[in-house]
Amino acid sequence: MSNIIEIRNLTFKYANDEGNETVAIDGLDLNIEEGSFVAVLGHNGSGKSTLAKHLNGILQPTDGTVLVAGMDTRDENLITDIRRQVGMVFQNPDNQIVANVVEDDVAFGPENLGVEPAEIRRRVDEALKAVDMWEFRSHAPHLLSGGQKQRVAIAGVIAMRPRCIVLDEPTAMLDPAGRAEVIDTVMRLNKEQGITVVLITHHMSETINADRLIVMSDGRIVEDGRPEQVFANVQKLRDAGLTVPETTQLIYELRREGIDLPLDALSVEACADSIYKAFA
Amino acid sequence: MLKNITLGQYFPGSTFVHRLDPRTKLLIIVVYIVALFLVDKIAAYLPVIVFLALSVAISKIKPKVLVSGMKPLFIIIVITAIINLFFTSGEPIFKLWVISVTKEGVRAAIFMLLRISLLIMGTFMLTYTTAPMQLTDGLESLLGPLKKIKVPVHELAMMMSIALRFIPTLIEETDKIMNAQKARGADFETGGLLQKAKAMLPLLIPLFISAFRRADELATAMESRCYSGGDGRTKMKQLSYGSIDAIAGAAVIILLAAVILLNTFGV
Repeated sequence: MSNIIEIRNLTFKYANDEGNETVAIDGLDLNIEEGSFVAVLGHNGSGKSTLAKHLNGILQPTDGTVLVAGMDTRDENLITDIRRQVGMVFQNPDNQIVANVVEDDVAFGPENLGVEPAEIRRRVDEALKAVDMWEFRSHAPHLLSGGQKQRVAIAGVIAMRPRCIVLDEPTAMLDPAGRAEVIDTVMRLNKEQGITVVLITHHMSETINADRLIVMSDGRIVEDGRPEQVFANVQKLRDAGLTVPETTQLIYELRREGIDLPLDALSVEACADSIYKAFA
Repeated sequence: MLKNITLGQYFPGSTFVHRLDPRTKLLIIVVYIVALFLVDKIAAYLPVIVFLALSVAISKIKPKVLVSGMKPLFIIIVITAIINLFFTSGEPIFKLWVISVTKEGVRAAIFMLLRISLLIMGTFMLTYTTAPMQLTDGLESLLGPLKKIKVPVHELAMMMSIALRFIPTLIEETDKIMNAQKARGADFETGGLLQKAKAMLPLLIPLFISAFRRADELATAMESRCYSGGDGRTKMKQLSYGSIDAIAGAAVIILLAAVILLNTFGV
């Protein structure tokens, strides 16, 4: 498969409040394959949100290039096309909903693209059904739960028919039930519609089902691989200021005691199973 | 306490009046106001009152709601009527010290009372039966021709609808900040006017800061969804005139004709 996003030697610097230059991203190279589910993990200030904002041209690289479906994000004339390809979902659901009726908000993107009214109607219905919010189409957004609002925001993005969705900490303000709703929705869109997903998060548990997990620290990629491989590298994750999932933590400690357990048992079931087998 | 605030006071429904195109309703209100100010014989008020009563009856808005909506403006109406009553010169009916009531004064007072009440009730009917979003859509469409003389019609309508969208969000936030400040010992209830105004500061400052942060994030989110102003934009929900709009239009023309007729021949 081809790459939907190609990042070469991306550096982003900005002046902070004291006027000092801060390097948020430091010479980063990354290719994201079309149709894949990529999770990006990192603690606060690791540069992961800055990276997200480069993927649809909200931020421009200080140095290096970001290519979205072959288009350079620094080209002003291509910016609408780039944003049509890469949709973005943000952290606070309240601050990205524009209209005061759910379906009107989902229609906002296609309306901006100048799509025919009948076609917008079709896309809106389709998008709302895809995120399981169709029965709420005539509700006022402020009466919905956080998870529901975030799903409306996702519908608003997929109504534009993007090839890739970037979610910048979409679950940070949600309760556990809302988090599960959002992650399930995103995974379904990836599997069923083949939309590329880039999920930026600091919740370990959300990254377990990703095809690929990237760990960022100080504006650089420190780990990149399948989630079970990445989590197996417990010491490196700790250096990046991250805690590993509790299951991995448990197995890691047991291994240090000399008990032979597989480090890639991520889910609670798999972990329990391997421990059971080791002691049986 | 803040949860009870409803702005724009829209009463959902699916009656004839509710289903009218928002543009029709806006135009009807303009004609209605013109008719109201044309009235200069007392009998000519009759068609205006009938028109209002009919629209209230058809839209199933409770008359009680309409009257209670007038309450905050009651004092203004009464003061206007009293000023007209005592300070219009003409043929005196009775005199008490320096105050005199004239025949013309009584007439002017009744006219003012009717005119202001009917004006307010008429515009209330518009907001009671039209969703705020529909109103902004209608305004955008009606003012469309002004784009030719560089009036930012789309931008104004967009600002209005975003403001409407964020009212409940900001009310919720105000509530939260209020509770947080109360928990730290802030007192919003006691004290004089000046003290109360001062007590509002720790409420308003965080609210403003948060509103600016929200505006910034919303702008980024809108840009991410390819928003670039009104040019080349389409709308999912198209406004369209139907036969009911023609009927309502005819009704308001009849109103105007009746007012002019009664002005000429009435008493």
